[in-house]
Amino acid sequence: MAMTVLYFASLREGLGVARETLDQPDGVRVAGDLLAWLRRRGGAWQQLLADGRAVRIAVDQQMVDAAAPLHATAEVAFFPPVTGG
Amino acid sequence: MTMSPGDPSSAARSLQGGNDSGEPAGNRPGNRSGDASPSVSAATTANAAITRITIAVQTDDFDLSSEVAALRAGDTSVGAVACFVGTVRDLGGAQAIAAMTLEHYPGMTERSLRSICDEAARRWPLAGVCVVHRIGELHAGDQIVLVAVTSRHRGAAFEACEFVMDYLKTRAPFWKKERGPDGERWVDARDSDDEAARRWARQAQQQQQQQ
Repeated sequence: MAMTVLYFASLREGLGVARETLDQPDGVRVAGDLLAWLRRRGGAWQQLLADGRAVRIAVDQQMVDAAAPLHATAEVAFFPPVTGG
Repeated sequence: MTMSPGDPSSAARSLQGGNDSGEPAGNRPGNRSGDASPSVSAATTANAAITRITIAVQTDDFDLSSEVAALRAGDTSVGAVACFVGTVRDLGGAQAIAAMTLEHYPGMTERSLRSICDEAARRWPLAGVCVVHRIGELHAGDQIVLVAVTSRHRGAAFEACEFVMDYLKTRAPFWKKERGPDGERWVDARDSDDEAARRWARQAQQQQQQQ
């Protein structure tokens, strides 16, 4: 029982992580809380996930905003704006 | 010419012998990331259910003629086929592109493409929608993406084809990384793409207000 957190494209490269599993940290209720929690790791995390950087969020494979609620087994993904097509 | 889901003409569509959505993406040859999970199919609406929708995310190239033939097969009610093919362009000079790698989010990619096609099928009276998007390494001149839409009339086919492409550009989780003379770089998203997608949202709003 843990959350899966995925990173894609330039975020994956910059953070050096594609995927990790986390127990939902105390006080982390919505996607924006998780983003703030990850920023506290410092270094590239603080820089690449900073407020004002274009970071898109998906919860359980649906694009959402920072206010989207999380749950203990959520699949959360962070990535830059998409550039397909 | 556009039609809302409540338009009486949408009822006529069920008389056209419309087909169920096509084969699951997972059954296509060359598909690396097929996701035919029941939750995706369950999201299909009543209107979309009579539109033949096929989604493929694959490393292999595609053939426009065969994709269109498959989409039209057995459906003589189709009077219009609109297609868009996106290709890798090479601007030369400092912007020369030797190759490009397309990354995606397996699972969410198929789900988001399906949801875009469902939305198109709710907005326009469509017989079929086909989206093929390639992933992996591509080179200048290669085909990247195909959107093909069939309908009774050209207005709906043209509009829906552009709609699917505009939404795909801003909502489907693909990322391009280009390799040129100065090394590799991730392609930046363009504001013009966001604006192209927003105008469809505005159009829907205006139609609701007019009713």
